[in-house]
Amino acid sequence: MRRIYPVKDNKVENHLFLNRIVAAFIIIILLTLGLIVRLMYLQIAGHEHYASLAKDNSIKIVPLVPTRGKIYDRHGKILAENRPSYSLELIPEKIPDLNDTLSRLQKLLAIPDEKIELYQKLRKRQKRFTSTPLLLNMNNEELAKFAVARPFFPGVDIQTRLVRHYPYSDLAAHVIGYVGRINEAELKELPVAEYRGSSHVGKLGIEGSYETLLHGKTGYAEIETNVHARLLNILNEKVPDPGANLYLTLDIDLQKTAYDALGNFDGAVVAIEIKTGGVLVFASRPGFDPNPFVVGISNDDYQALQSSTNQPLFNRALRGLYPPGSTIKPFIALAGLEYDAISPQQKIFCPGYYQIPGVSHKYRDWKKGGHGSVSLNKALTESCDVYFYRLAAALGIDHMHSFLQKLGFGEKSGIDLVGGKSGLMPSREWKRDRKNQVWYPGETLITGIGQGYLQVSPLQLARATATLANRGNVVTPFLVNKIATAQTTLPGPETHQQTIPLKPDNIDAIVAAMVNVVHGAHGTAKRINQDIGYQIAGKTGTAQVLGIKQNAKYNENDIDIKFRDHALFIAFAPADDPKIAVAVVVENGGHGGSVAAPIAGQVIKQFLKANDEH
Amino acid sequence: MNTETRREQFQPPSLLGTLLRKLHIDIPLFIGLFLTSLLSFAILYSAGSQDMDILTRQAARIGLAFLLMTVLAHIDPYQFKRYSVLLFGLGIFLLVAVLIMGQTGKGAQRWLELGFFRFQPSEMIKITTPMMIAWYLADHPLPPNVKQLFTATILIFVPTLLIAKQPDLGTALLVASSGVGVLFFAGLSWRLMLAIIAVLSSFTPIIWHYMRDYQRDRVLTFLNPETDPLGRGYHIIQSKIAIGSGGIYGKGWLGSTQSELDFLPESSTDFIFAVFAEEFGLSGCLGLLILYLLIIGRSLYIASQAQDTYSRLLASSLAFTFFVYVFVNIGMVIGILPVVGVPLPLISYGGTSIVTLLAGFGILMSIHTHKKFLPL
Repeated sequence: MRRIYPVKDNKVENHLFLNRIVAAFIIIILLTLGLIVRLMYLQIAGHEHYASLAKDNSIKIVPLVPTRGKIYDRHGKILAENRPSYSLELIPEKIPDLNDTLSRLQKLLAIPDEKIELYQKLRKRQKRFTSTPLLLNMNNEELAKFAVARPFFPGVDIQTRLVRHYPYSDLAAHVIGYVGRINEAELKELPVAEYRGSSHVGKLGIEGSYETLLHGKTGYAEIETNVHARLLNILNEKVPDPGANLYLTLDIDLQKTAYDALGNFDGAVVAIEIKTGGVLVFASRPGFDPNPFVVGISNDDYQALQSSTNQPLFNRALRGLYPPGSTIKPFIALAGLEYDAISPQQKIFCPGYYQIPGVSHKYRDWKKGGHGSVSLNKALTESCDVYFYRLAAALGIDHMHSFLQKLGFGEKSGIDLVGGKSGLMPSREWKRDRKNQVWYPGETLITGIGQGYLQVSPLQLARATATLANRGNVVTPFLVNKIATAQTTLPGPETHQQTIPLKPDNIDAIVAAMVNVVHGAHGTAKRINQDIGYQIAGKTGTAQVLGIKQNAKYNENDIDIKFRDHALFIAFAPADDPKIAVAVVVENGGHGGSVAAPIAGQVIKQFLKANDEH
Repeated sequence: MNTETRREQFQPPSLLGTLLRKLHIDIPLFIGLFLTSLLSFAILYSAGSQDMDILTRQAARIGLAFLLMTVLAHIDPYQFKRYSVLLFGLGIFLLVAVLIMGQTGKGAQRWLELGFFRFQPSEMIKITTPMMIAWYLADHPLPPNVKQLFTATILIFVPTLLIAKQPDLGTALLVASSGVGVLFFAGLSWRLMLAIIAVLSSFTPIIWHYMRDYQRDRVLTFLNPETDPLGRGYHIIQSKIAIGSGGIYGKGWLGSTQSELDFLPESSTDFIFAVFAEEFGLSGCLGLLILYLLIIGRSLYIASQAQDTYSRLLASSLAFTFFVYVFVNIGMVIGILPVVGVPLPLISYGGTSIVTLLAGFGILMSIHTHKKFLPL
């Protein structure tokens, strides 16, 4: 077919284009007239109205700050509350000479320089007419001194504010977190409108993770004031929605037991209610008092906390990473059974060391001279290392990696707290990517006894133990059980159900061996089996901090405390109907059986005793 | 035209005339732009709390912008047409690059770091989109047929969506209107325009029906910011007070109280018109609008005198987009349009838009001063 090429007709196009130019100009004029009409409406008809509004800016929109939600433990004990407190506040707009006023106040009330600096920073972010606190939490003496001198300080006044208070102080500081003044970095991140009136924001723990819910929704009032900023009239008001109250799964009495049981050691205890995943204990020692952070901790105190060698600000339960030592063995044994690398009855001979065929290096057992003939049960009860070297060699790193990953090693726990760590479950890929090296067989062996690259957090250990006790139904730990807003009550975070397919016989074999750890005659944790009418299943662990040379001897008393082994213990109870799973890590504590196990024992006994009474 | 006027045009040009022709500067347009820039300094001095730093930086940018305008005015418009596709393609490529870098880096990113300055591809695309559409339509008979309209729509959509994704709604709106402007001047039929508007508005209730409550809330605050007085509405409420209190004659230069006392960081940028209206009142506003209309009128005149289709379409679209700037910015500050980030052209603080705008006027001057044929 012949194509018809359209031809440009210049005359038609010229005409069309000129038409459009004229049309465009008319549209532009009309729209501009629209703008002018609106301007006339604002500047002529509305002039008087707006001029009076502009005068002294007498109409203001003030944010109405919502009351922060409270935090309770599982029995309704209050963990974070709001207390009225008196603060000294300044309105820069009303102060004739701010610097002079500040220096006179400093003299009168002995205010440290850094508080003045903090105030200056805060003031620059606020409008000139907003009341900005200089001193929080004033004591009676300060109140009295200022009350007398008040006529000499126009624009300075005492205000009552609600200040966050944590009655349990250092006991659960890491998990509850704290609120502090909004800093410059946070100011950029936070929604402007919601935080226009707020001075504090949740920083860590539950306070940080549930900030939006705890904070509530800011309201506002349009207020009319006279020249002296005295309220005349409220024109329009939207009341704030108070923050939601949070009910945690945490048991603060149990937390106290765990925290006290750690004594002077540094370490962490995590206990999980197996059926739900609710976290009962989340203790990290040493703790710190969160209350000074609320009112602004002094620089010296903060530096002291920061530079302290035992790191009190560090949440060991959530973020501390340790080699699991022998506490990994029940999981490795389960992997061995599931992959048919071993059977429960099969025995091996332990001469006290293991050698890779053709290599002279001896991988030593903790027991010189060896355990002799060892079955699975005996291997776990007495924590025979040679058994697990052989098992690890038979399984290979690929199987160990894929099985342990299912139990949550090397993955974040999914807990409703920010800042969780995934730890490290090594694999061939990981070593190639990170270290650009191949995987060596010897590394497989030491992974089998929980040493080497393997790194776990106490929370991950507790979670894996709970999942084992729950017979492969993966437990996802969480802390918030109930969220109570003014209107409704909502459940905590959603946890999705996942199940690892495991053979019941295999689980039973592992549990029987773990019961033997606590109740057997040769068990490494037999000292905690007294005075109970049920059975505890557990496993001790001792994690090396210091590498020991091939033929050297490890002598506890010769070694500086900070190089001593970490003591670990995992347990769940009752063994036949598991309710609670516990993981304990005691830094530089020495042996798991003697130091860590009694702590877990106390927690388990107290929880199950209280459980019985209910 | 009678012979007498025709003879006049053949008279030897004066010395000044020769000089101006050599410079390729259009005097009326130049005067309008220059006056507006001077006004910018005056208002910025007041809105920026008499900070000389702001003024020097603005002066540097305006200087650079006028330089770029002069350079572009010297280039033959044929060259613009020749490189339209290439420049448009480059702009799209850079937009995609910025988007990818923004995703791999932290948060939203709009610019490429070029050592000593930041380059925003979205600014470049404001000019290259109308160039591309004009190039595409110029060689076909006008008005464009359905197929051409369809292609042109896609060519407008791609950069608009890329910029809206940054997210920069204001710039996306300007790019879209620069492209649609070309279609309008190319003779897009009135009936079709009405039909499109009708279809789009009939979709609104359907979309509304499928939105969740919180999404509806967002749209409502977007359309009526006064329901969110601590957030978006804060600016609008304060700027209405500032404008209204200016009255007919204003409070005089440096007399703004609202911006001093309790205003927004945007008093130098997007909301600068509020300061202007407070200090110079309705009379000043009328003056500014007239100044803008003169610039737009001269630009449309230049478009009408252009001698080929490409130049006409491009020139008229650039003039139209300039008006969109003015209308959207003032409309939002006086509270009749939703708040999108569009600066007041040639006056708001902030360099990139001034450079782009004056580059556009450079192209207009080039079109006007490189005529191939004598006027008929």
